[in-house]
Amino acid sequence: MHMADALISPATGGAMWAMTGTVAIYCSAKIKDKLDDRKIPLMGVLGAFVFAAQMINFAIPATGSSGHLGGGLLLAILLGPSAAFLSLASVLTVQALFFADGGLLALGCNIFNLGFFPCFIAYPLIYRKIIGQNLTAGRLLFGAIAAAIVGLQLGSLGVVSQTFLSGIIPLSFSSFLLLMQAIHLPIGVIEGIATAGIISFIWKTRPEILENGGVTKPLGRLPLRGLLTGLAITTLLTSTVFVWFVSTRPDGLEWSLSRAIAPTAQHSAEKVPAPAIQKIQEKTALLPDYKFPGQIPEQTAGSLAGLIGGLLVLLFGLITTIALKKCTGATPRAGK
Amino acid sequence: MSHHIVEAKELKFNYPDKTPALQGISFRIHHGESVAIVGGNGAGKSTLLLHLNGYLEPTSGQVRVGDYPLTRETVKEVRRTVGMVFQDPDDQLFMSTVREDVAFGPLNLGLPTDEVNNRVEKALETVGLSHLEDRPPHRLSAGQKRRAAIASVLSMSPDILVMDEPSAGLDPKARRNLIGLLESFEHTKIIATHDLDMVIELCDRTIVMHDGEIRADGPTDEIFGDAELLEACRLEKPLRMQGCPVCSK
Amino acid sequence: MPSIIETALYDIGRLETLAEKDTVVHRLDPRAKLLVTLAFILAVVSFNRYSISGLLPFFLYPAVIIGLADLPPDYLLRKLLIVSPFVLFIGVFNPFLDREIILQIGSFGISGGWISFLSLLIRFSLTVGAALLLIATTGFPAVCMALAKLGAPRILTVQLLLLYRYLFVLIEEGITMIRAHALRSFGRRHLNYRSFTQLLGNLLLRTIDRAQRIHMAMLSRAFTGEIRVSRPTRFGGREIVFITVGCGAFIAFRLINLTDLLGRMIMEIG
Repeated sequence: MHMADALISPATGGAMWAMTGTVAIYCSAKIKDKLDDRKIPLMGVLGAFVFAAQMINFAIPATGSSGHLGGGLLLAILLGPSAAFLSLASVLTVQALFFADGGLLALGCNIFNLGFFPCFIAYPLIYRKIIGQNLTAGRLLFGAIAAAIVGLQLGSLGVVSQTFLSGIIPLSFSSFLLLMQAIHLPIGVIEGIATAGIISFIWKTRPEILENGGVTKPLGRLPLRGLLTGLAITTLLTSTVFVWFVSTRPDGLEWSLSRAIAPTAQHSAEKVPAPAIQKIQEKTALLPDYKFPGQIPEQTAGSLAGLIGGLLVLLFGLITTIALKKCTGATPRAGK
Repeated sequence: MSHHIVEAKELKFNYPDKTPALQGISFRIHHGESVAIVGGNGAGKSTLLLHLNGYLEPTSGQVRVGDYPLTRETVKEVRRTVGMVFQDPDDQLFMSTVREDVAFGPLNLGLPTDEVNNRVEKALETVGLSHLEDRPPHRLSAGQKRRAAIASVLSMSPDILVMDEPSAGLDPKARRNLIGLLESFEHTKIIATHDLDMVIELCDRTIVMHDGEIRADGPTDEIFGDAELLEACRLEKPLRMQGCPVCSK
Repeated sequence: MPSIIETALYDIGRLETLAEKDTVVHRLDPRAKLLVTLAFILAVVSFNRYSISGLLPFFLYPAVIIGLADLPPDYLLRKLLIVSPFVLFIGVFNPFLDREIILQIGSFGISGGWISFLSLLIRFSLTVGAALLLIATTGFPAVCMALAKLGAPRILTVQLLLLYRYLFVLIEEGITMIRAHALRSFGRRHLNYRSFTQLLGNLLLRTIDRAQRIHMAMLSRAFTGEIRVSRPTRFGGREIVFITVGCGAFIAFRLINLTDLLGRMIMEIG
């Protein structure tokens, strides 16, 4: 579910770059602070491992299809959130540059969708909570699947929001969302099973690796509060800047609808979606279809998108903070 | 000149699971000596080498390098003196180009740019890789990788070179070149290897290890003449000391 | 299946060889090329979703770079054709969802969906092409250095360099392991789950051990937690010209629809 440059607007791409940059800077600072330098080569080679592992498929019984590892959760389990985020960011960068997976502008979106959610949400809040203080095979499998599903669902929510806010494709938000979430449900299950399989292999053969990696060590104070504050500030700044930019930019020279069609055709020619999709749309429509560039003036559409994007992300940050507070308050952490 | 001595005193080391790996190793190596450490797989050679630059801390006993006992305080100084060439050059060449790998050590020492450049050029020239300095390591041949790994250590200007299996995986020509190169070095050399024919050419002295202990320590030709000892330590006489298969002499 | 991995290795190797050429473009400072590439992508994606004619002049950039840098256009095109399935997957809905006829050519009506799908494909070719050109004229390590010089966190650039370095080692290891498995599995196309976890688990263990050995090698060369790289850079007149001309052209293409203008001129002459 790599986002591609072709699907996003400069405002969305830029805003996501700013957010990813904030997280990356935060992670680097975090790592510099307290990381033992053994992790520096470890992060690099584990990134290379994930890269190689993604190309190795396994058969999914009774379906005839095959699955492979995504790797975000695996990295988080082996390295902890901050180091895993940076490691995954480098995997995605290499993919963007060599294999046309995504693109340079969309890289910010991709790192955020595929890195932030598994490393900073799914791993600490789902996986670690389920694993608890003692690892069992059942908990490992359950925790990995649950975390992988949550990570991927949030990630595809990210993809859908970013695509929608960019306004490049005419899919309605809700049907696109439904489609993406549904597709990523089995992918999440596969990712969880694959991750659990590899981790339990390591656990059986060389348990000390997991002990050093942080599976049984307490996580310490969750690093999220500072990070979320940073993200909130970035969001606010970028959306303001981009809204200003988008609204002041002249759009008159574009090959726009208003020039291409006769003014009378504009109102008479209502769109006629395929009946099946129309039904889904009617049932799931939460937000109005963002597809009327002829009716909403360009500037409004642009600034609206920037604003909605900014607000959505802020809202998301807020919800996470509240959820985190609840979680950390409810389960006291053992250890040092 | 006591400065280039490597000394181990009653060195013992247990793996984390308490399996003993070294069981009381003692030796003293003098300035300019070239010493081979031989022994079968699992004899403890690599473990011993990792003690010589302080990567592993002995369970008991001591290592002295030059005037310093190896401790946490002196480990940096010791690592500057003891240049370590690892078995797999891919582990040692971790930067993007040969040049960057060779410059890694000098840059860490905080040397000025000119000095770094001088050292890099000299090291590359010594191993004969000047023309490949911008190559990424994954596009070098096995022999070139080995020489690049040696250059990356030479640029630190170590007094003592410690090498783990330097001739492993090389074709005969590359091995020959490597032996010539090592012969030209004036450093104190400690070489752990299975390649006993190389030992004959490079090292006057040989230490035989077996099961984490030193079984013999003496002049190479004497030790290689003792077929029983070699046999007991999972080794065999170097080919050139074995009888000719055609005329049995 | 080994073929996926092997193709990937070959691909990276091919791009790397291209990056070793010595042309005007290759000699430019990586920062300049990175900045111009980003400006290009930004300009391209800033068009609205029905733009086609406005985007066409942007094909000049890849054409010029391919010419100046002496790159094989057929190879780059083939790489483009193995498109990211995601773009097609999403774009393919456009013609069905957006059926409003917005362009009449004679009696033939073209819907907005088809126009926006075409526009999407153009954007895709341009943006992905630009990234490929960056790598093919600069090389990955140099792009990383440019990122570092432009202020990316050092630990991230170090990660990128290490990842790239060990990609080759690990892919080779992976290929060997898969081959060994294939020899014993008599032509089954995919690994089953058990062998998959064992194979990747083993590869992971080897990787972790390797990381430890690399760390030893770093320590033995006075590593103190920071990786220093020195690479001479030259940001001079040539770079400034390249950036000015590049960005100037992109802004001009963005503001003036050359295709349209040309069309009108021809119509007037006709």
